[in-house]
Amino acid sequence: MAGTIAIKNGHVFDPLNEIKGDRMDIYIRNGKVVTELSAAELKDAKEIDASGKTVMPGGVDSHSHVAGAKVNVGRMMRPEDHYKFYQKKTPLTHSGCGYSVPSVYLGGYEYSKMGYTTVFEAAVPPMEARHTHEEMRSTPMIDMGGYLVLGNNWFLMRYLKEGDIEKAAAYIAWMMRTHKTYGIKCVNPAGVENWGWGENVNSLDQANIHFEVTPEDIIKGLAELNEMLGFSMPVHLHANNLGHPGCWEITRDSLKIPKSVKAKPKDPNVEWAETKVNPKRHESVYLTHCQFNAFGGTSWRDFESGVKGITDYVNSHEHVVMDSGCVPFGDATVMTGDGPAIHDLYVLTGSKWSNTDVECECGSGVLPFTYLKSNPVHSVQWAMGLEVLLYVKDAWKSIMTTDSPNGGPFIKYPQVIAWLMSNKARQDTLNECHKWASDRAGLASETREMTLNEIAIVTRANAARTIGLSHSKGTLGIGADGDVAIYDINPAKLEVSDYESIIRAFENAAYTVKGGEVVCQKGEIVAIPEKKTYYTDITVNAEEEKKMIDDVKNWFKYYTIGFSNYPTPEKYLANPTPIKIDAEV
Amino acid sequence: MAEVILKPTGNFDLTVEAEVVTPDNFAGKSAQDIGKLLVWQGPKQFPISDFFEVRGNGGSSAQDTTIVIDGDVIRVKRIGEGMTAGKIQVKGSTGMHTGAAMIGGEILVEGNTDSWPGMEMKGGLLHITGNALDHVGSAYRGSWHGMTGGRIVIDGNAGNQVGGGMSGGEIIVGGNVDNFCGTRMNGGLIAVKGNAIRTVGAEMTGGTLVIGGTIDKFTPGFMQTAVESDLKFNDIECPGEYKKFAGDYAIPQKGKGVLYVSAQNNEDL
Repeated sequence: MAGTIAIKNGHVFDPLNEIKGDRMDIYIRNGKVVTELSAAELKDAKEIDASGKTVMPGGVDSHSHVAGAKVNVGRMMRPEDHYKFYQKKTPLTHSGCGYSVPSVYLGGYEYSKMGYTTVFEAAVPPMEARHTHEEMRSTPMIDMGGYLVLGNNWFLMRYLKEGDIEKAAAYIAWMMRTHKTYGIKCVNPAGVENWGWGENVNSLDQANIHFEVTPEDIIKGLAELNEMLGFSMPVHLHANNLGHPGCWEITRDSLKIPKSVKAKPKDPNVEWAETKVNPKRHESVYLTHCQFNAFGGTSWRDFESGVKGITDYVNSHEHVVMDSGCVPFGDATVMTGDGPAIHDLYVLTGSKWSNTDVECECGSGVLPFTYLKSNPVHSVQWAMGLEVLLYVKDAWKSIMTTDSPNGGPFIKYPQVIAWLMSNKARQDTLNECHKWASDRAGLASETREMTLNEIAIVTRANAARTIGLSHSKGTLGIGADGDVAIYDINPAKLEVSDYESIIRAFENAAYTVKGGEVVCQKGEIVAIPEKKTYYTDITVNAEEEKKMIDDVKNWFKYYTIGFSNYPTPEKYLANPTPIKIDAEV
Repeated sequence: MAEVILKPTGNFDLTVEAEVVTPDNFAGKSAQDIGKLLVWQGPKQFPISDFFEVRGNGGSSAQDTTIVIDGDVIRVKRIGEGMTAGKIQVKGSTGMHTGAAMIGGEILVEGNTDSWPGMEMKGGLLHITGNALDHVGSAYRGSWHGMTGGRIVIDGNAGNQVGGGMSGGEIIVGGNVDNFCGTRMNGGLIAVKGNAIRTVGAEMTGGTLVIGGTIDKFTPGFMQTAVESDLKFNDIECPGEYKKFAGDYAIPQKGKGVLYVSAQNNEDL
């Protein structure tokens, strides 16, 4: 029976149900987790003996750059990233190549091998949404969705300046539907717009050119609008001054802005899986790739970790959740909607680079980068990425990412997990690093070792909960999607000092189950599952929407694209899965 | 030392990708086993024995194995790619990517070679007695680092982009070179006995470049710092008087690269 499976005797980690390694069976029928299977169903079901193995919900990556215009630019400008790292086609799989920016097919396979089943593209420029969806549609193995870049959008900046909140809300709702995207992304608010004139903004109260809105206005405005509309996920924030020494302060101050905004996710029209922990978010801001936003010092000479300043704030406040942006060393491709940040990196490194101004909407930049253990700044960045996760006391406030491929490609996640779980792994790497890693970050004296349960939180449960997907993802509760990762780790016999075995286990999941079907086994793809594309379908007051559309149509004469060619129709999505929300605005 | 002789017999109308032809792959194999190794021709794979008559067995290790290719293999690419030890002797000319990314051992080509010889090579010796085309010891497309170690000796002439992005090792060219010699070079040594056309050392940020002949159009970003005679870099000798330049100050503005140009042949500089 398709999508029906029995996973027996595994050590199950399901943080949303407070299951921490108990030996139990997981039953899946027709792609959904169920209490049990009847004798007849059991006979037909595939049975997996998971005894001595770790069983977790399928991995969820809430921030990764895997599809769309800038990712493709990264592929085009990096032939050298592709010729050494390739896979031949098999009867089942496509060929593919690319280390830090793999082709879409390879990306899907590689995620699946690590037990991941859901990945969200972190930045979709509105005008590039069609292209992004085309690439997501071609990415096999994983369910996907994308965040719409709105932090420097001309309409929003104008509505926010004029204080026209109703129109702004109508605009966001319309844009989400139009581009079939999932949530609000805000990149270097007010700064990227200035980049069109070769400038940036340096403080939260600095108004940008022409629109005269400040980063504070935009963060506050978007956070309020996000809750007014009741999105499943909080505002996804890439703070100002990213990548500049001393930026941790502006990051902390940015987090203070939505402090008084209460999280009010509306109930979407979905069936919720059974969970013991409240599966809904209570945060109003999601700070992404914290490491890049946590630089201390005043210049590259006195550069140091500023992570503590941010994690102290996160530890004492309820409205913030964040992901780490770890740096696992080696080749990376830096790509972001933050055009000025990439230009600064170009000035610093002299590397080849690409910058784009996406007319009236946002910007972006791409640059190849190599993180070296011998480089003082890189070694501190490595330490900082791990500090972000280890200093946050409650794992439910953090998510593990590498901001792939900015800190490093996602295929390095197993290495990051090993550093989090094993102090010895960290000490061994510290010994190979430039001494700044010990001198200018606190990691050397941090002895915390994350448990498998905490790893399950930061790699799936919390990622799913934060972006409002725990109704079906990141849990093995009854009614959840039958996405399961089974790893060759026996929690009863686990020695974290043998960290190589942790890396091996997480690199190639013993089984990746998607919708109750085994799709990957010990690093080999054995089936190509159906996939879903999530987007948020918000309805608002029709009157307000009409007035807003008039504004948009009027302004479209300045666009190089016709208004009717602007939307992304559903046919660009693989299995479009709207999350319907009635915003009543 | 065991010797494996490959005599070309086959149909090379489409180029053959023969990255399996290395002492590392031949070691410990009989002639028959070697004949069964696969090479690509266009979209299909064929055994080596379809293209070569194989005689002799591989040695116990790569180091003990010599491969002799008895004839021209202009249509065979990637000979000796990534080899770590042993020796390959080609009694004729070779195709593209000869000795690309080689790590150790020795390749002797008694003839000419196509483009990309010793691309991103890390160690060992690649000796070409004839001429080489473009990209000798240079970086792959888009890559920032060319060869990082080892030595390439070309007795004849070489084409464009000799040592593009070179980071280490040595390239010695007995004859002339075309354009862009040592472009983006950041380490290592290139010694050219003959002439160069233009854009010598453009964007270089390190390493040493010697031109014993003339340069038609001198790169503008260089500044003369001294005059030196009878240069010697370990066993590489460049007799005569040389003008010493630092550069390139044009785009990278670093000037840590060193360019020696024969004083006698470039009086107008």
